[in-house]
Amino acid sequence: MSSLLEASGVTKTFSGIVALDNVGLDVAEGEKVGLIGPNGAGKTTFFNCLLGLLRPDRGRVVFDGKDLTRIPTHRRARLGIGRTFQRIELFAGMTARDHLLVAERARRGDGALWKDLLGMGRPKRDELERVQATLDLLGLNDDADRPIEALSLGRGRIVEVGRALMTEPRLLLLDEPSSGLDHRETAELADVLRLVNRERGAAILLVEHDVEMVTQLVERVFVLDFGTVIASGPTQEVFADANVRRAYIGDVV
Amino acid sequence: MLDNIVNGSFAGLSYGCVYAIIALGLVLTYKTSGVFNLAYGAQAFVAAVVYWDTHVRHGWPIWLAFIFAVFIISPLLGLLLDRVLFRYLRNASPTARLVTVLGLIVAIPQAVEAFWVHDSVLGDAAAVGIVPNGTVTYHPFANVALSRDDLATIIVTVIVAIALTLLFRYSAFGLRMRSVVESPRLTELAGVNSERVSMSSWILCSALAGLGGVLLGPLFPSISDVNYLTLIIAATAAAVIATLTSIPIAFGAAVLLGVVEQILYFSLPTNSTLFSGLRPALPFLLLVGALVLNPRLWRVPTIADPLIGVEPPPPEPPEASRSRFLRNGTYAFWTVVLGIIAYYLFFHAAFNWVLNATDAVILSLIFLSITVFTGIAGEVSLCMAAFAGIGACVTGQLVAQQGMSGIFAALVAAVVVAIVGIVVALPSLRLSGIYLSLVTFGFALFFDNILGPQNWMSRSGNPFQANDIPRPQLGPIDFASNKSFLVLCIVFFLIAAGLVVLIRNGTTGRYFTALRGSETAAASIGISRTRARMTMFGVSAAIAGFGGGLVVLRQQSINLEANFPAFVGLVWVVLVVTLSPRTVQGAIQAGVGFIFFQVVILNQTVPWVVNHVQPWYTMGVLPQGLFFVIFGLGAVTYAKHPEGILEYNTRKSMEKIQHRLDSWSARGDRQGDGAVATPSEAAPVGGAS
Repeated sequence: MSSLLEASGVTKTFSGIVALDNVGLDVAEGEKVGLIGPNGAGKTTFFNCLLGLLRPDRGRVVFDGKDLTRIPTHRRARLGIGRTFQRIELFAGMTARDHLLVAERARRGDGALWKDLLGMGRPKRDELERVQATLDLLGLNDDADRPIEALSLGRGRIVEVGRALMTEPRLLLLDEPSSGLDHRETAELADVLRLVNRERGAAILLVEHDVEMVTQLVERVFVLDFGTVIASGPTQEVFADANVRRAYIGDVV
Repeated sequence: MLDNIVNGSFAGLSYGCVYAIIALGLVLTYKTSGVFNLAYGAQAFVAAVVYWDTHVRHGWPIWLAFIFAVFIISPLLGLLLDRVLFRYLRNASPTARLVTVLGLIVAIPQAVEAFWVHDSVLGDAAAVGIVPNGTVTYHPFANVALSRDDLATIIVTVIVAIALTLLFRYSAFGLRMRSVVESPRLTELAGVNSERVSMSSWILCSALAGLGGVLLGPLFPSISDVNYLTLIIAATAAAVIATLTSIPIAFGAAVLLGVVEQILYFSLPTNSTLFSGLRPALPFLLLVGALVLNPRLWRVPTIADPLIGVEPPPPEPPEASRSRFLRNGTYAFWTVVLGIIAYYLFFHAAFNWVLNATDAVILSLIFLSITVFTGIAGEVSLCMAAFAGIGACVTGQLVAQQGMSGIFAALVAAVVVAIVGIVVALPSLRLSGIYLSLVTFGFALFFDNILGPQNWMSRSGNPFQANDIPRPQLGPIDFASNKSFLVLCIVFFLIAAGLVVLIRNGTTGRYFTALRGSETAAASIGISRTRARMTMFGVSAAIAGFGGGLVVLRQQSINLEANFPAFVGLVWVVLVVTLSPRTVQGAIQAGVGFIFFQVVILNQTVPWVVNHVQPWYTMGVLPQGLFFVIFGLGAVTYAKHPEGILEYNTRKSMEKIQHRLDSWSARGDRQGDGAVATPSEAAPVGGAS
């Protein structure tokens, strides 16, 4: 399998504190990969470097053979990187269907002002159909036309996944999707993600705390601690590793 | 040269010190109430007027007048503002706070002038002084003069700055004040009465404004509200350099600004363009520069109240609760009403009513620019009057100098102003919220004071006489008559309104809603904030500019001071935002209300009633100021109904009618057939009206 995403030597310091030190990671097409680590290990910093919200001091991020270093955040989205947020980020005042519709429109990139002025800005039939297909896939039909403020956190997370899916991502970056969710909601989300991976073929990079979700979902993990990758490999092997257990789970076990 | 610098530095110290007091007050108010109080200059103005009135007009001794103005009236004003306004805004959105403050900038000086001094300029303030024999000067060095007033100002400022820093850093009260800003509710959970803390900080800050106002008296040739408005710009620049947080930096920056201003005053040749242009523009340039270049202001995460989840979700838009039948009924009703008004205007009304109606239509068109900027894009621009003014100048120049047809000239003006709008947008791309509003405010005052008065802008070779800009012609149709010009304006308004609705319901409108909801999430699906920002500035500026052009064609002369002063622009924003920022109806209501409230209610009805109910007092026309006071205070309602009072009331009454309709048809259902529109039918998905 060829690498879809390849980060190498990513280093980032914040006024002397080394948040990331020479971090490397790769995700193959259609693969499910996890990035775990205790709080403060640098997971979110790394994530933001991938997305262009932070610029790494050294190292590079290559997506599908393209160097992303100088590409702004919103253009990365158009290359095929979708994401969800740790603290949920939805568009107030829109329904779930609107969320998907606006993402579909953004993907097509035909939001020119003159089209609006000529009255061509209304949703087209095929757009609505594609949105409906994704709503069906995610099981969001019951909540599709309710204002987003009325949805629970768990459903909101799924709307975020749907919004990201509309951009037809080849890689879905998920930032601690289970935070704030209860057991049932986490299991539901894991099901949805597995389905998305199978049906849409999107690779998944999961940054996560919740060991259960990671072991259920991903095939390969990278473990980050104090800004360096301390282990990587197939999920079961890595969790058996003594160093990982010490860093992540604690000495007790 | 060195002489000039030394001289300027000393002369600038006292200016800088007063700037510093105001800047400290701004920072302190922001730190303790979360409100960026642009009306701070207006508060200072009140104290200055009180001091002048008691000391000069009524001959009170200096100490008594000083205590009365600074320690009694100013704190009372702060108390009043807190009790009547700001306590309702503790948990309100930044936009609600800004709009309320804008209302105050307009209302306070106008109220003082309307009810108290009956004049906008109080003369000869320089001779008043703030200490006995204030004009006596000392010469610490050769060629350097410092008056006793200057010395008193400097000493008082230094004492105040030190005292405030100590209070804020080391006292329990300072700690409470800081925590109340972060989250009033969280502070209450920790056992602090946040109501009382906020109230105290408003009283303190208001006293500080009063101190600044009184100290500034001798430095200006006269006490006028315009001076105090520009004062706030200099102080704001200093506060912004301090990122609205650091008291010492704000202090230093303000003093430096005063000194640099005075050095320029002394060193530049008095007849140079630099002298007439650069010196007065310095505070604006500094403000915009400070905003644009201070990276800590870029994308500041707005202070999110951790208890924000306590708030109920925002109400649904009114369309959602309305059936198709009811919607069509409303349209039919308004068509009939407008038809009757049109019939009356065209066949029975006197010509001044036609002109009033034309003004209302043009103003509504200009207000559509606010619908785009604030209603759709969610930011607040304070320079719409400047954009309209530029449109007016371009149209006037093109028609008068080039002999271009009026309609064509106004269209060219729209394009030119759109470009100006994008140029204003460029440096402020990274800013949003209050900081973006401040940049636009800086631009508005810059246009008002520097650009607008230039001859090449607002005058042709000779001063324009009335009627030297002819009304347009379109092929065989001549729009010279007032009625035909009204028709033309209505047509343009309808076109503009249609375009605004298309933008709101089209892709651009959806992108803006997404960006308002979450900029990072919008970026993650590929929406470009930069492009949206350019669109917002370009479109709204073009609409305002075109409207400005129509004003010139309607009046047949360029008249910037009467039509487009910066503070009228503030009234516009307040008016549209409080009525209904998102809808075309809101723009119409605001435009019609602005003209007809003034003409019909204030100038005719109220005097008529007063003159008919009692015999002993004859009333002429009500003071103009009162008109602005009423609209300014309208901003208060915004805190309670951020969707606009018009939209709020529409929803309420529509719900009532819908409820009645539902119960009728439910009765019909029980008797036989008949269907009720379900909410999902009433609001087709993705096609909000």
